[in-house]
Amino acid sequence: MLQIAVASGKGGTGKTTVATNLALALAGEGPVQFLDCDVEEPNAHLFLHPALGEEEAVTIPVPAVEEGQCTACGRCAEVCAFNAIAVLAGHVLTFPELCHGCGGCTLLCPEGALREEKRKIGIVQGGQRGELVFVQGKLEIGAALAPPVVEAVRAKEQGMGTVIIDAAPGTSCPVVAAIRDVDFCLLVTEPTPFGLHDLDLAARLVAELGVPAGVILNRAGEGDELVEEYCQRQGLPLLLKIPFSRNLAAIYAQGKVLVEELPQWREVFLNLGREIGRRVGR
Amino acid sequence: MKELLVISGKGGTGKTTIVGSLAVLAKNKVLADCDVDAADLHLLLRPEVQEVHQFFGLPKAKIDAELCTHCGRCRQVCRFRAIDKDYQIDPTRCEGCGVCYYICPAGAITLEEHCSGHWYISATSFGPMVHAALGIAEENSGKLVALVREKSRELAKKVGAQYILTDGPPGIGCPVIASLASVDLALLVTEPTVAGRHDLERVLELTGYFQVPAAVCINKYDLAPDKSRELEEYCRQRGVPLVGQVPFRAEVNQALVQGKPVVEYSRGPAAKAIEGVWEAVKELLAQ
Ligand code: SF4
Ligand code: SF4
Repeated sequence: MLQIAVASGKGGTGKTTVATNLALALAGEGPVQFLDCDVEEPNAHLFLHPALGEEEAVTIPVPAVEEGQCTACGRCAEVCAFNAIAVLAGHVLTFPELCHGCGGCTLLCPEGALREEKRKIGIVQGGQRGELVFVQGKLEIGAALAPPVVEAVRAKEQGMGTVIIDAAPGTSCPVVAAIRDVDFCLLVTEPTPFGLHDLDLAARLVAELGVPAGVILNRAGEGDELVEEYCQRQGLPLLLKIPFSRNLAAIYAQGKVLVEELPQWREVFLNLGREIGRRVGR
Repeated sequence: MKELLVISGKGGTGKTTIVGSLAVLAKNKVLADCDVDAADLHLLLRPEVQEVHQFFGLPKAKIDAELCTHCGRCRQVCRFRAIDKDYQIDPTRCEGCGVCYYICPAGAITLEEHCSGHWYISATSFGPMVHAALGIAEENSGKLVALVREKSRELAKKVGAQYILTDGPPGIGCPVIASLASVDLALLVTEPTVAGRHDLERVLELTGYFQVPAAVCINKYDLAPDKSRELEEYCRQRGVPLVGQVPFRAEVNQALVQGKPVVEYSRGPAAKAIEGVWEAVKELLAQ
């Protein structure tokens, strides 16, 4: 199995474009699975149009109080690191939207007055498009915790072929959950000062996690030297440049994919996949 | 004092570019960058840092190998799989809940304070600014966002500012929720693409959920005029005010490369359109 994550420090650099095109190009060659782990704004489905199956709820365990047994001792509030449970005027109050589901309060309540119930924070949904197997996660509106939803998507990883993971932008916990332990990570950027700054953050993240990485420069044309020099300095391979053109932007705007609209791109993404395979020794 | 938050759900719609220009146009304000994970506003506003503070998120657990008896209780109770079979703690997994600390019968676990990032108060030529940088692979971005907002409010009170102008984080999760709490208006910057539309819908659901008034600005509208018209129609149906449409022009990128806000750099159509956005936003804030 080969897991390739697609990430970017900055949002909107073309992460989903790269992930979807790579997945479609490789789908003819063997089993490919696409995991949309950008669970706050999952939009790969807008480009892949998979036939979606049933939704499965993603839940975390949150405490519920058995009023009769609670002596309002306050131990639960003392141990909760997230201020998700409080004792006020002899009653326990829970704030499920702050709860991380660590289980501490229930475990440590001396009266056994707490039990855990499930709180839904998102969904996981499978689907299929031709030979491509598709899975996406979606965080519920108003829910704060993305990582458990990302992990629920990754739990669906098939143990064979190629797995393409579309990660969230940024460098904090939802991204870490998406790219942890993958074989290779593509960092998508653009030739602007913002793109370069955020590429550096992303490069430091993959280095911290020990994941081999390569860069894709999207909307290339003006200012490419900035990113090229950076890659050289850091010893990061620049694997592909996608030029800026109004035509490519229009294809994206309509929810279409390059490998289908402009057949020469199929070869480009196939080669990208092969190059990554070589780099990780597959 | 009025608080304006600029968010976009989807990244790359030009949110920071717009905020940079609003920073020039709005008078008597405090600036705040709540995109603590990949902050970019400082590249445009070139703040001169005046105060640096450490940000302590939650602590991280640490196991004293001398005291540890390998009983395995901590590994059983840690829901974040942060403790490996050699009783080493993976700091990128540890959420600092402390359950292992409370349960360890040998008292081998301590909770160590952990600096997760920094926050700053700075001077810019457009007014004072509060910003932050979360460490790589850190947790607690919501907490740091809440801190930046608290500090920007304190500062606004102190200097008697009329507005707080905040650049928000992407997505709809914890940092965004923290940045939305009790703002007067959320300006949503979108783009005319199927993904832009999809993400706008999610963000509008979120602002609705927290009952924060919202307005929409379409950036790069002329890259797909038909999609822009659909967005316009969608806003009308939802009763969300559309405060402007900014064209895709070379001046925007040129200004960015120069490290300047567009309205300061050029008098072109994009700069004019952003001025229009500010006039419309000002009116909404006055209501
Ligand atoms: S499960 Fe953990 S986070 Fe949730 S209320 Fe209990 S102690 Fe707090
Ligand atoms: S503090 Fe919580 S997350 Fe960290 S190792 Fe202990 S039980 Fe696990």
